Amino acid sequence: MTHHQTSGRLPRRLKDLVLVGHGMVGQRFLEALTGQPGAAAWRITVLAEEPRPAYDRVHLTSWFSGTSVEELSLAAPGFLTEHGIDLRLADPAAAIDRAAQTVTTASGEVLHYDALVLATGSYPFVPPVPGHDAAGCHVYRTIEDLEAIRADAGRSGTGVVVGGGLLGLEAAGALRALGLETHVVEFAPRLMALQVDEGGGQLLRRKIEELGVHVHTGAGTRAIVTGDDGRVCGTELSDGRELPAGLVVFSAGVRPRDQLARESGLPVGERGGIVVDERCRTQDPHVYAIGECALAADGKVYGLVAPGYAMAGTAARSLAGEHRDESAFTGADTSTKLKLLGVDVASFGDAHGATDGALDVLYSDSRSGVYKKLVIGREGQLLGGVLVGDTESYGLLRPLAIGGKPLQTAPEQLVLPAGAGPAGPVALPDDAVVCSCHNISQGEIRAAVREQGCTTVPAVKKCTSAGTGCGSCVKLLGTIVTEELAASGVSVDTNLCEHFAHTRAELYEIVRATGITSFSALIDGHGSGEGCDICKPAVASILAGSDNGHILDGEQAALQDTNDHFLANLQRNGSYSVVPRIPGGEITPYGLITIGEIARDFGLYTKITGGQRIDLLGAAVDQLPLIWRRLVDAGFESGHAYGKSLRTVKSCVGETWCRYGVQDSVGLAIELELRYRGLRSPHKLKSAVSGCARECAEAQGKDFGIIATSSGWNLYVGGNGGMTPRHADLLATDLDRETLIRSIDRFLMFYIRTADRLERTSVWLDRVEGGLEHVRAVVMDDSLGICAELDLLMERHVGGYRDEWAAVLDDPERLRRFASFVNAPGTPDPAVAFMPERGQIRPARPGENEQSPAPALVAGARLEVRTA
Amino acid sequence: MSTLVEIFDGTQWTPVCDYRDLIPGRGVAVLGERGAQVAVFRDRAGALYAVDNRDPFSGAYVISRGILGSRGTAPTVASPMYKQVFDLRDGRCLDEDTAPDGTPAELRVWPVRTGAAAPSQLVGAAVREP
Repeated sequence: MTHHQTSGRLPRRLKDLVLVGHGMVGQRFLEALTGQPGAAAWRITVLAEEPRPAYDRVHLTSWFSGTSVEELSLAAPGFLTEHGIDLRLADPAAAIDRAAQTVTTASGEVLHYDALVLATGSYPFVPPVPGHDAAGCHVYRTIEDLEAIRADAGRSGTGVVVGGGLLGLEAAGALRALGLETHVVEFAPRLMALQVDEGGGQLLRRKIEELGVHVHTGAGTRAIVTGDDGRVCGTELSDGRELPAGLVVFSAGVRPRDQLARESGLPVGERGGIVVDERCRTQDPHVYAIGECALAADGKVYGLVAPGYAMAGTAARSLAGEHRDESAFTGADTSTKLKLLGVDVASFGDAHGATDGALDVLYSDSRSGVYKKLVIGREGQLLGGVLVGDTESYGLLRPLAIGGKPLQTAPEQLVLPAGAGPAGPVALPDDAVVCSCHNISQGEIRAAVREQGCTTVPAVKKCTSAGTGCGSCVKLLGTIVTEELAASGVSVDTNLCEHFAHTRAELYEIVRATGITSFSALIDGHGSGEGCDICKPAVASILAGSDNGHILDGEQAALQDTNDHFLANLQRNGSYSVVPRIPGGEITPYGLITIGEIARDFGLYTKITGGQRIDLLGAAVDQLPLIWRRLVDAGFESGHAYGKSLRTVKSCVGETWCRYGVQDSVGLAIELELRYRGLRSPHKLKSAVSGCARECAEAQGKDFGIIATSSGWNLYVGGNGGMTPRHADLLATDLDRETLIRSIDRFLMFYIRTADRLERTSVWLDRVEGGLEHVRAVVMDDSLGICAELDLLMERHVGGYRDEWAAVLDDPERLRRFASFVNAPGTPDPAVAFMPERGQIRPARPGENEQSPAPALVAGARLEVRTA
Repeated sequence: MSTLVEIFDGTQWTPVCDYRDLIPGRGVAVLGERGAQVAVFRDRAGALYAVDNRDPFSGAYVISRGILGSRGTAPTVASPMYKQVFDLRDGRCLDEDTAPDGTPAELRVWPVRTGAAAPSQLVGAAVREP
């Protein structure tokens, strides 16, 4: 064996790069580095303190509302393996020996480095008040912290959050959602003192108090009071008051984790932070520091993720040998936009008007809970601002403030509520940074549309990575893309097809307004040509909403997609599958046996579906009515496993059987499935009901999902599984059964009325102007005054529903269509052939027909069955 | 009096169904001599078309279950399987030139007429009297 054959030996020696810390910034550094051609020179080892790979700490709080650790994860599956990165979980760095260029890990391993990148982040500051380390005291930083808080919340009636900044308010929101009486104690005279001014702080306070959180500003925490068991039982404030507390969360700011660097002799700032230059290098040329542990070249420690990401990019380019001037990190935008306890808050630029000669333009309406302030410079340029209660304009204002150019629009128009003044389009300079997470300018986005052929926001995101960070700029991205497309002469075609110059929603309104009940009347009056397989089923779905008789009656029959036309699912060889409706997934042994007998007698392949049903495959067209007859006689109906209509409402066993269930999820699921069966919609609809927060029915992956709470039902909307999964949004909480059903009725009807063809609820929700808030206002508060109409439409659907399959059996005219051949009824299609596999049938593959002289049929597929 | 629909297989006209069996905008499958399967359609205006029932893209005999329509001036049927659209006048696929097996994506067109008990009348296109 020669040395050339040594497996794994690489042509030249790789240099060793050790990254200490696998948080958000660490992961971003890895992505930035591996994206550079020069990255091939490095063998990368990552030392992580936590037991799991990098996750989205910014959205940590969503863990309480059901977002899983996997969903929060930042590393794409396979990313680390693909780039040969050695990630050591739960083995933090313990010491650095700069002379030897080694790192010693907590487990005692010694790793050599050619370059060392410190991304150790920061740690929560806990004021050294007496009792601060008692049982029941927490910080709010990692998933483990959240697990501990949730475990403690169960036995604590009251929680106190020390610190009224961003994170403190977020922690307060979490405690409140966990059902605790919640107090926030803030030393400064107002909440969010760093970001928000006096006026904004007052409004924020009122809004948060309205939500039932007690706010104590201008108050320090003197001591944590503990009981006989050593656990927290209260907090003593600086003004002598005492608040009861079974749980305390410290959120009094963060400090850079610079201990490792300090001990290895690297210079740190007076108030902490590893000193780095514009390339994020420490005094030692082999050591870099990025993110919250670093003291940047501009003398600041940044506690936000966007500047950390920028530093990660700078260090990565430096290490990959890319030395471009623009890659230096000299400072960053500290704008923030958040939703705290349901209150929108944003601040950007010079929010406090610290610039010399700055003036304020203020709009404040305490009645509707909106506060907006713009800080304007001497030359009329926008310097910064504060928005509370309505952050709609944040996406536009922030890049304007960073650009620092004189405003083209009167500033008062920028703060007035929509409709109150002639705001009009606001011209953004091309160099304005639209996405600050990735530092992408408007010019780059326009170029992506103009030169890279991106015509949609997702395409622009993929091409430029704009909008893939915090997401606050996505709305503005949409506007820019549409504008640029229009400017390039590309009109955005929303026509349904060549036969109708309308969207589906417009056709829906035409049908409603004109009372048209046939496709012919609609296309002759409002379209052209003969129609096609796009507009015909769409119109069929719209017409199904008006009182129009059976789906196969009259002209309607010609409009239906093939599955709707045969009321079953067309499979790959021209045979059909039948999926009996099993509402809520509840079925008796007798029902199971009956379905089994039908499958056996017709020789059908059976499979349990993903939606708590039983799929019966391999039926020929002329067998369908025979199968339905058997199902109807046994008390079943065939089900909508096809078409754009309600599929199933899944359920867990709920409180009836489950140790943890708090409501009757099966009963509700059955009621909902029966209520909405047969409802035609722009896209298929799925639902689920979970009997407790464990979410065994996966309700948050459905178009509408319901999760039981101890006091009612939480309604989630807009979720989906499939190719582009999306977790559902919480529409309303703790609803009683009647309100819940009324809310779902309205949500579904509003969606059916306004969605585009094949637009699922998740996409619709993201597209609808105003998004979830708007839908909530329409459905829960009747903001458009259409709820009575929506209720009526649903009432008509529920009252008018008939078993569509049984109706076919009752009508010889309709039955005649279920023949393989019009001139040879009773003759099965000879092309539909099956082969045996695992004891059942499957469609014969091309060629298999010819090989076996008689197509194989397992079991008696043509047994005589009674038809009356 | 019933009106029969007839198709021509190159040798003779064969009655296949009653005109009233055809729903405007929809088709039926016909089992021809020697096992040939033909899809027969009637459009909104009453014109008839007949093409092969076999979908060249899936190999399944399902064209008769497709939706009728138009593309520009061409009368069309869309296969219910993968939705390719065919011109009913010449059987040509308007979306793709070749099927997955490399053969041209075309449906054979069958001459079709109403005849027998009714006055002989030619309908549809690509129809030639034998």
